[in-house]
Amino acid sequence: MESELESMREYFKSGKTRSVSWRLSQLKGLLLFIKEKEAEIFEALKKDLGKHPVEAFRDEVGTLIKSINFALKGLKNWMSSEKVKLPKIAVLSSAKLVPQPLGLVLIISSWNFPLGLSLEPLIGAIAAGNTMVLKPSEMAPACSSLLANVMTTYLDTKAIKVIQGGPSIGEQLLQQKWDKIFFTGSALVGRIVMSAAVKHLTPVVLELGGKCPAVVDSFSSSWDKQVAVNRIAVSKFGNCAGQACIAIDYILVEKKFASNLVELMKASIKNMFGDNPRESNTIARIINKHHFLRLKNLLSDLAVQKSVVYGGSMDEENLFIEPTILLDPPLQSEIMTDEIFGPLLPIITLDMVEDSIEFINSKPKALAIYAFTKNEQFKRRIEAETSSGSLVFNDAVIQYAVDTLPFGGIGESGIGRYHGKFSFDTFTHHKAVTTRSFLTDFWFRFPPWNGQKLMLFETVYNFDYLGILLVILGLKRCKRNLDVI
Amino acid sequence: MAEEEKKSFDENEAASLVKELRGNIKSNKTKSYDWRVSQLESIRKMIVENEKEIAKALYDDLSKPEFEAFISEISNAKSSCELALKELKHWMKPEKAKTSISTFPSSAEIVSEPLGVVLVISTWNFPFLLSVDPVIGAIAAGNAVVLKPSEISPATSSLLVNLFDKYLDKSAVRVVEGAVPETSALLEQKWDKILYTGSSRVGRIVMTAAAKHLTPVILELGGKCPAIVDSNVNLQVATRRIIAGKWQCNNGQACIGVDYVITTKDFAPKLIDALRKELEDCFGRNPMESKDISRIVSLNHFTRLERLLDEDNVSNKIVLGGQRDQNKLRMAPTILLDVPKDSQIMQDEIFGPLLPIITVENVKDSFDAINSKPKPLAAYLFTNDEKLKESFVQNVSAGGMLINDTILHVTVDTLPFGGVEESGMGSYHGKFSFDAFSHKKAVLYRSFNGDASIRYPPYTESKKKLMKALISDGIFGMLLALIGWSKD
Repeated sequence: MESELESMREYFKSGKTRSVSWRLSQLKGLLLFIKEKEAEIFEALKKDLGKHPVEAFRDEVGTLIKSINFALKGLKNWMSSEKVKLPKIAVLSSAKLVPQPLGLVLIISSWNFPLGLSLEPLIGAIAAGNTMVLKPSEMAPACSSLLANVMTTYLDTKAIKVIQGGPSIGEQLLQQKWDKIFFTGSALVGRIVMSAAVKHLTPVVLELGGKCPAVVDSFSSSWDKQVAVNRIAVSKFGNCAGQACIAIDYILVEKKFASNLVELMKASIKNMFGDNPRESNTIARIINKHHFLRLKNLLSDLAVQKSVVYGGSMDEENLFIEPTILLDPPLQSEIMTDEIFGPLLPIITLDMVEDSIEFINSKPKALAIYAFTKNEQFKRRIEAETSSGSLVFNDAVIQYAVDTLPFGGIGESGIGRYHGKFSFDTFTHHKAVTTRSFLTDFWFRFPPWNGQKLMLFETVYNFDYLGILLVILGLKRCKRNLDVI
Repeated sequence: MAEEEKKSFDENEAASLVKELRGNIKSNKTKSYDWRVSQLESIRKMIVENEKEIAKALYDDLSKPEFEAFISEISNAKSSCELALKELKHWMKPEKAKTSISTFPSSAEIVSEPLGVVLVISTWNFPFLLSVDPVIGAIAAGNAVVLKPSEISPATSSLLVNLFDKYLDKSAVRVVEGAVPETSALLEQKWDKILYTGSSRVGRIVMTAAAKHLTPVILELGGKCPAIVDSNVNLQVATRRIIAGKWQCNNGQACIGVDYVITTKDFAPKLIDALRKELEDCFGRNPMESKDISRIVSLNHFTRLERLLDEDNVSNKIVLGGQRDQNKLRMAPTILLDVPKDSQIMQDEIFGPLLPIITVENVKDSFDAINSKPKPLAAYLFTNDEKLKESFVQNVSAGGMLINDTILHVTVDTLPFGGVEESGMGSYHGKFSFDAFSHKKAVLYRSFNGDASIRYPPYTESKKKLMKALISDGIFGMLLALIGWSKD
């Protein structure tokens, strides 16, 4: 492994990856891969997660096409140096920020959106001119193999490598020296990644998770109610069966609206996913037995079981769990303390919808908070009084597709951000470069020191041009006593 | 004021400190513009009203000449504060983000919010500036902050305790004095961000502790900052600027100070002569007696520097200086010519008044020499050759660069100040300080009007065509798909 990485560093040193034409060619190669191998991609996602092609397109293939096009369009601009303002006093000097690639970076991706979460960071790393190693998740083997064996034929493999494997390969990779590590996954492994990064002082981006709440206010219009319910249903169950870091984890709603919400949700679920969602393939399956049993275990508590108001059936052989709604499971139960990451939706009722703010703040900061409300004052309170990676009003999950918004967490939900130009920035070192001329110099910059020189500094730092003149003309005297000792 | 018995600051103390601060910020007091402005104005007042005391503390800790204290620390801290006061309203405004057809209709913005409770660990060489500057950023961003100054500069450390106590809001801003045990106790706690200035060795300790709590960190470390000197320069000006960036900068004890010089074999003698002359102009015939130069901070560092000088094959390369006085902790400006590449003085960050000059055949060869070492916090080049300047910027990696001068780039508050690789991660100064201590929250507002059914299951072939057309070809493609035309 070391020698492979060494040759990648040599390749980076050759400067090949820094040219705009190389970066454009790689991005175009990626786009061609996605367009030409669409059928293979859909097959791999079906195999690994039972995803329907439309879901796969909406969440992974389509968003990648959008992101690559956004990068292709913006690249020249992103790569250009940015001139920086200097005060007038800085005569004959100039300053700018020069974006430069970091070098050799490591991207560790996750299994739930195995294509999207591998390639979105890759786009940023390429756009920024780095060489990179991608380690896809071994829990999505068909996608991992597709990336390692097919995608690489579209790319410059001297600069972009895919290394497959499980935890032991991951550990080996983490021991190497990287210029940045980009990790998507659980907080537990996030800590391991950051601790390993200390060895070489490698900066990290950690895209983790959390319990993303959806606050649901009451609505007078039935149209609004329906739209809200549809959006909640599709964001929870229609998004990799709830196995997404930004999926709605649980709902907060006022007691008096709860039963209406449950009824509307039941109808919406039936409408969208049909009577037999497994057969209609409108819902993805659970990734593997380990996670299936984990989710099954969440419902094993008697009190939790009693709170199930819809669904609950589980097919272990096919790793399928039907959309399940729970009403007020005990707050201390695991389903309300751990990130669910599955198609189980607890609804917690409150006396007043405003109490949701305190409820949310009692838990670790989440990757996203969703609030369905038309009350402007309530919106302002939520924005000011809660903290999360992102905040969306009257919808969910969709912020993932907005290139102009940074995507990242805070606290337990992560460090750093990407998407759009933020991806480019995350894999870039913005080097500060200042140039001075030999022509002007301030004689008062050098010892031996005296009162006049001190005054000149004071007026210069205050940009007090008149003051400077006065000092030079001898019309301003130094008031300080300069003998400190 | 009655003398109090100093309580030992252990993990329990640290935990209850953080708990107390978290409790105090629950009311969102520190989030308000008024609170932040009041604290920043107090800091400005604190600096202006105590210039003498600050200069005295810096003199006690480092024998720092008052002028240096003023221009490198007091002035910079004051202007950093004034910039924050001037710009804060603007910095606090949410930034609108453009939305596209894929989320139509919607509006989006990026909102800056405080991180919460942050820790600033500062260092001894610019003990006032490197404590107050990050604290200004933390407060401007609306956080509660704990400052841990360096125990190696005790006069400044205890002055900061007194000043912060007198001028700032104790419920959100605290100073904890101490050494390794106190710092370790603080690092055990969960912070929302840690900004550390110091060595890369301790930087690793800080990051390891931060990893346990997934705390993001800014590490302002150091490195060997090189200065390349070409032959086509105004020698007098270049020499003076090198002196300004070495011996006038805390006598070489600065992270951005010139660590070593690279020049051509032919030019080296001229450079050495020029340095000799200019050094005498600045510090007189006997620099050990000059009041215009700082001393070495501690006996520890003094013996460390002596060891670097006394190594075999290094001590015989001294071409100027070499005098030292252990009692007064003074060391004269010392220049060495062509010490061996693998000598300790060329491996470690010097952080003192010793300047090795390394010679190369061609000035271009200097880039390889620099790139063979860990990336430094700053790199300097003196030349009039435009092509060389361009090549330097493109091919040498460093936190920041300055051409034809030294150290001044850090006073430009529109430039980020930070390192890369071994020299650090993250940056601050100016608005970058505000950003460093803020969380940039993405906020998306959607309306209930206009809900596209193609988003929802059941998934049909026609929905798929529409979706594809929308994402790949924009609104025009979607219209075509709606009327039945598609690329499929």
